Amino acid sequence: MANSGSLANLDLPAAAQFRNINKIYRMGMSEVRALDNVSVVFEQGTFWAIQGASGSGKSTLLNVLGCLDRPTSGQYLLQGRNISQLDDDEQSEIRLRSIGFIFQSFNLIQQSTVEENIELPLYYQGWPPEASSERARELATLVGLDSRLGHRPMELSGGQQQRVAIARSLANDPAILLADEPTGNLDSKTSQEIMQLLCELHSQGKTIIMVTHESDIAAFAGKHLFMKDGCVERMEG
Amino acid sequence: MTITKIQREIRLGLKSLLQHKLRSSLTMLGMVFGVGSVIAMLAVGEGASKQALDQIRKLGSNNIIITAMKPVEEQSQQTTRTFMSIYGLLYDDERRIAESFPHVVRTVPVKIIRKEGRLGERALDLRILGTTPNWFELVRRPMIAGRALSSHDILSYSNVVVLTEFGARRLLAASSTIGQTLRLGSDYYEIVGILKSENDQGGALQTPDQQIDAYIPINVAKARFGDIFNSFGSGSRTRELVELHQIIAEIDSVANVETTAAGIKTMLQRFHKKTDYQLSVPLALLRQAEATKHTFNVVLGSIAGISLLVGGIGIMNIMLASVTERTREIGIRRAIGAKRRQIISQFLVETLVLSTTGGITGIGIGLIIPWMITLIAGMPTVVTLFSLILSLGISLAVGIVFGLYPAVRAAGLDPIEALRHQ
Repeated sequence: MANSGSLANLDLPAAAQFRNINKIYRMGMSEVRALDNVSVVFEQGTFWAIQGASGSGKSTLLNVLGCLDRPTSGQYLLQGRNISQLDDDEQSEIRLRSIGFIFQSFNLIQQSTVEENIELPLYYQGWPPEASSERARELATLVGLDSRLGHRPMELSGGQQQRVAIARSLANDPAILLADEPTGNLDSKTSQEIMQLLCELHSQGKTIIMVTHESDIAAFAGKHLFMKDGCVERMEG
Repeated sequence: MTITKIQREIRLGLKSLLQHKLRSSLTMLGMVFGVGSVIAMLAVGEGASKQALDQIRKLGSNNIIITAMKPVEEQSQQTTRTFMSIYGLLYDDERRIAESFPHVVRTVPVKIIRKEGRLGERALDLRILGTTPNWFELVRRPMIAGRALSSHDILSYSNVVVLTEFGARRLLAASSTIGQTLRLGSDYYEIVGILKSENDQGGALQTPDQQIDAYIPINVAKARFGDIFNSFGSGSRTRELVELHQIIAEIDSVANVETTAAGIKTMLQRFHKKTDYQLSVPLALLRQAEATKHTFNVVLGSIAGISLLVGGIGIMNIMLASVTERTREIGIRRAIGAKRRQIISQFLVETLVLSTTGGITGIGIGLIIPWMITLIAGMPTVVTLFSLILSLGISLAVGIVFGLYPAVRAAGLDPIEALRHQ
């Protein structure tokens, strides 16, 4: 297993770390090894691009990283804490406190306003309404949408919707920011803008892990991880 | 869970309901009419049975009422023009009832004659009741002026009459009523008292024309009017010989009413060849009416239950559809960190708000419908507190039960699967 790529950065503390992670799906009689003994260290403040053909396990990797899925075996350390075998409530709590998600299809709640969408993680954290409203305003300003707080997602362009999603993912000040094909539904010009925004966040010290199959998008990342058949094929950077 | 957390969850539920106004109001509609119809139906049922029970209670549950009745076979023989039918209760019947049954406190014989009463210029068709002072003790209605009939009137064959308030008003515009003379048939009677009319009267069981009653001593009635009554129909004349039209027996306690009634019946059967009388026991009627009311309530309750169930299924239906429709939303919330419990409570709050609002609106409708029935159809309705609590309770229970399943299903979704849902 080629995990030597991370050895060069031992001085940086790990934001997230996989130790011999396996994920096996049972499909009737047959087994599918979605992740096969994966060990990676995602250091604090790095910007990763995970690439690979479809079915290579990159989505599963992101789901396990995002605590949406549990590994079959192995250890997953998030900020030094082993969180590989948590129950549903504890997983929810990790997602709520430490993880930010950016999806390909934005995944905003259509009936809610921009402000309500950004506030959503804060609502579940139990923030008082005034404070979360204040925070939503700050985040909207950060992504350049402070004039659209009262709009509904339908009234915004794709790029603007993705900015709302990014603002929402930042609301809980996450340890890792996970992006699943963040530009997959956008045109190339808007894609560039979104990637610049992500680079900006990276330069402010955010740890970003992005799944993409477009090499020009992956080029924005400092580190690259190539997946093949559930294994880490190689790492660069 | 703290109060503020509950408040937040209610606010979230409300917000989400307001975001789907049409769906929410349609869901509520089932509940509104479910609860409304339950209350209205129970109110109509309660009103109807209350009316019946009140009428029976007025007859007195301690009384046995025996009424003269023309036998069926004689009614069909009326083509014979000069035929005289002899039927009804006898003076001896009253004496026998009073003497042979230990539980009988008092008996009241009643002889009914229809005659016009005249006072100066005014005339009014009266129902003359020849009776004894016992009548006034049995009926227990207050006198407005003067006195009731007394035993002295009987002994001295006095031509005295007691009018009802209604009759007195119709006959006498002047204030000095007592002491005036009223002509009944060919004789003059002194008005000695006025009896208070009953306020709410009417109904099949109560004599409908008691407002125009005039009470005279029974022996005077017998002496002046006799026992034979002639009535003239279209081209025919019927003659009837009836001694007494009614005997009312008061029994000392409710417990003895039914046994005494059976005794009286056996005795009357021995002395009457034909069944020319009818024995009615208000207590038995009361029991019967109560049993009917019970059946009525069970039937209405079942209908009500079904309509609430339909309302509840409506809620479940829409909640289930909404879970499917909102799978993506649930996935987003779960991915962001909402716990299963929080998803359940969100959906539960939504159904609870729906069923409570629906229930309360339903109560409003359930109060309006009986009111309109009373207003338009003139039927009495009684909205009981019980029916309000029952229907609101059931609507809440239905809301919880039928709302919980979709909520649990929504929360049980795998967030990855839910997010993939289009």
